[in-house]
Amino acid sequence: MARRLAGALAALVLALLAIPFLASPAAAEGEDLHGKLRNGDTAVADVRIFATDAGGTQIGETRSDAEGVWAIPLPGPGKYTVTLDAETLPEGVALRNADNASVTREILGGAETPQLFPLGEGRAVAKQDTIEWVQLTAEGLRFGLIIALAAVGLSLIYGTTGLVNFSHGELVTLGAMIAYWFNVEHGLQLIAAGALAVAVCGAAGGAQDALFWGVLRKRKTGLLAMMIISIGLALLVRYIYQYLFGGGNEAFTDYNSQTAVKPAGLPFALAPKDYWSMGIAAAALVLVLLALNMTRLGKATRAVADNPSLAAASGIDVDRVIRLVWAVGAALAGLAGVLLGLAQQVNFAMGFNILLLLFAAVTLGGLGSAAGALLGSLVIGLFIQLSTLWVSPELKNVGALGVLIVILLVRPQGILGRAERIG
Amino acid sequence: MDWGAIFTNAIESGLGIDGVYFALAAIGLNIHFGYAGLLNFGQSAFVAMGAYGLATSVSTWGLPFWVGILIGLGGSVVLAILLGIPTLRLRADYLAIVTIAAAEIIRLMLRSVSLKDTFGGTDGLQQYSGAFFEANPYPDDRQYGVGGVEFSSRDTWVMTVGWSLVALFCVLVWVLMNSPWGRVLKAIREDEDAVRSLGKNVYAYKMQALVLGGVIGATGGFVVALGQGSVTADSFGSETTFFLYTALILGGAARVFGPVVGAILFWSLLSLTDNVLRQAIANGHISDSIMTGTQVGQVRFMLVGLGLVLMLAFRPQGIFGDKKELALDAR
Repeated sequence: MARRLAGALAALVLALLAIPFLASPAAAEGEDLHGKLRNGDTAVADVRIFATDAGGTQIGETRSDAEGVWAIPLPGPGKYTVTLDAETLPEGVALRNADNASVTREILGGAETPQLFPLGEGRAVAKQDTIEWVQLTAEGLRFGLIIALAAVGLSLIYGTTGLVNFSHGELVTLGAMIAYWFNVEHGLQLIAAGALAVAVCGAAGGAQDALFWGVLRKRKTGLLAMMIISIGLALLVRYIYQYLFGGGNEAFTDYNSQTAVKPAGLPFALAPKDYWSMGIAAAALVLVLLALNMTRLGKATRAVADNPSLAAASGIDVDRVIRLVWAVGAALAGLAGVLLGLAQQVNFAMGFNILLLLFAAVTLGGLGSAAGALLGSLVIGLFIQLSTLWVSPELKNVGALGVLIVILLVRPQGILGRAERIG
Repeated sequence: MDWGAIFTNAIESGLGIDGVYFALAAIGLNIHFGYAGLLNFGQSAFVAMGAYGLATSVSTWGLPFWVGILIGLGGSVVLAILLGIPTLRLRADYLAIVTIAAAEIIRLMLRSVSLKDTFGGTDGLQQYSGAFFEANPYPDDRQYGVGGVEFSSRDTWVMTVGWSLVALFCVLVWVLMNSPWGRVLKAIREDEDAVRSLGKNVYAYKMQALVLGGVIGATGGFVVALGQGSVTADSFGSETTFFLYTALILGGAARVFGPVVGAILFWSLLSLTDNVLRQAIANGHISDSIMTGTQVGQVRFMLVGLGLVLMLAFRPQGIFGDKKELALDAR
């Protein structure tokens, strides 16, 4: 048994190593402050950028060239403030966070210092015609629907196996990485690349259960031990991603520079890809929920979640149901990764970064319930976005995690969960 | 390959600031996880309480060093109580999710721009350790150590205090766990309901364990804050907690010396792999197309993850532990 497990681990590692080598962006040369302005994949030219020293005197000014590259030579080490003149940005392009137009950096002697100004189509473009809370609600729904895809899988896996899977975020990243590989490295159109990524993730999920978790279950590994194992697995896989992909953010080839569109007369604006993402996510979620409630297999899944021994006694092949749940859960997580990569670029830690939000959503809705996970995700998504009306955007996740703690205080079984002993 | 340097680096790393910091934080975690069976995934927050309690008091508010220490300890007690009230009645997996969420909230607050004036944002805080190093008895004109393993006078002073604390807490843990209090705690880990039926206040015992382990974790925060001379919020993320679990399980949970041995080994092994890989790359044994210098850091953490998986699967009791003492089960 030990050899089989070791073999399974090796297979898993090899499968992940099969993701080809992805180059990380190269560093620029020269002793200066420098950077490259890009909006998605298009270079942004002729933007004024200037630097001032600690006393506020301007010591250099430049404009980005046709490749978006800019550099300001500095007289020596010290504290400098580098500012991007947002007025000179082309129409339809804005700083992703308007507060970051001016950045103060401590420059060490002889250090060539890269400075990023993340750009995007930004809300600033259509902002004058939108009502802020409606816009935030739309963005919250979009984010909620995307994390719901991952949360439903997490919740179903918990429901059927009792495992709190800390490596679920890495399945999300896997979807984005594979779509990136097909799309950017092999020039496949993103829709096809995304579909392939979802299929690969589904297969990876099923294989993960067959070769790894299933083996551990047969060994009667305790649930808490499995939870810590999932943490180890997440660390391993996450750093394999970083090893192969590098630490930066990269965008897909398609659908990058889209202008936000207002649906007839409504006071909010999203890019067309956002509407499509929401549609795809909603369709997938409805399909899964219908399948759970209408089909025999869905009924079997709910039976296993309810009581595995009783389900087995009434003739349900519990292992097969669990395998299916892993495959579907991983495919959904992969889809979430593709859509998340489309919304905020691909990064090796993108899944890890939303993991706690997934837990919040699943706990809020009720651990083990698929419909609850969907509901919880929408609440969390809306809460995160709408909370930026009052708190600074960098603290928006604090509120969502706070909700998680408060919910466990007042209604620990979640919104749709059954009241059962959890303490 | 300079094997001498590789091994002295590994020993320095295991016995140095990182080792002693992890030993203290893992002793605290051992009380939670090893003895009381509390799956606290927010130990990094207790460490942050110690480090930031000291740094904020001295650097931002200009208070004396000892007041900073008291504020750090007090902060960790308050955090333990606040965290314990909602979570200690919950099942172990819920406890894990809530503590990790709370630790993340604290990290996000500490690094936020809105509170930059108090906590220094992502740059963190510096210049709070003056009073501590004024008391440094080691003249700083030389290195201290034997056989190539050498530390600066500042590091030696931090390590002297740190390892003394480790010794103190090891004695404390041994005494406590062999007392009636410790036996009740271990009984709670094994079967909470049985203990409750004997008329013990399980909730109070768990709370006491959470506070005690948190306070010991905060002392680890003091050590790392003083040893590194600066504190940044991102060094107290959830990965720190996961590494602490790896160190604890490596040494053996529910053993007095488990966390200490685990912490030393954890950092020695990390340093060893790091140095071996870097030298192999520098000497051309590993070509640049397979691994570059920047990728070495990632390989180290892959090994941590792999090690955690393999240990839990094959030897959950670690080096010293007793398998019977680790009843890991949630439902």
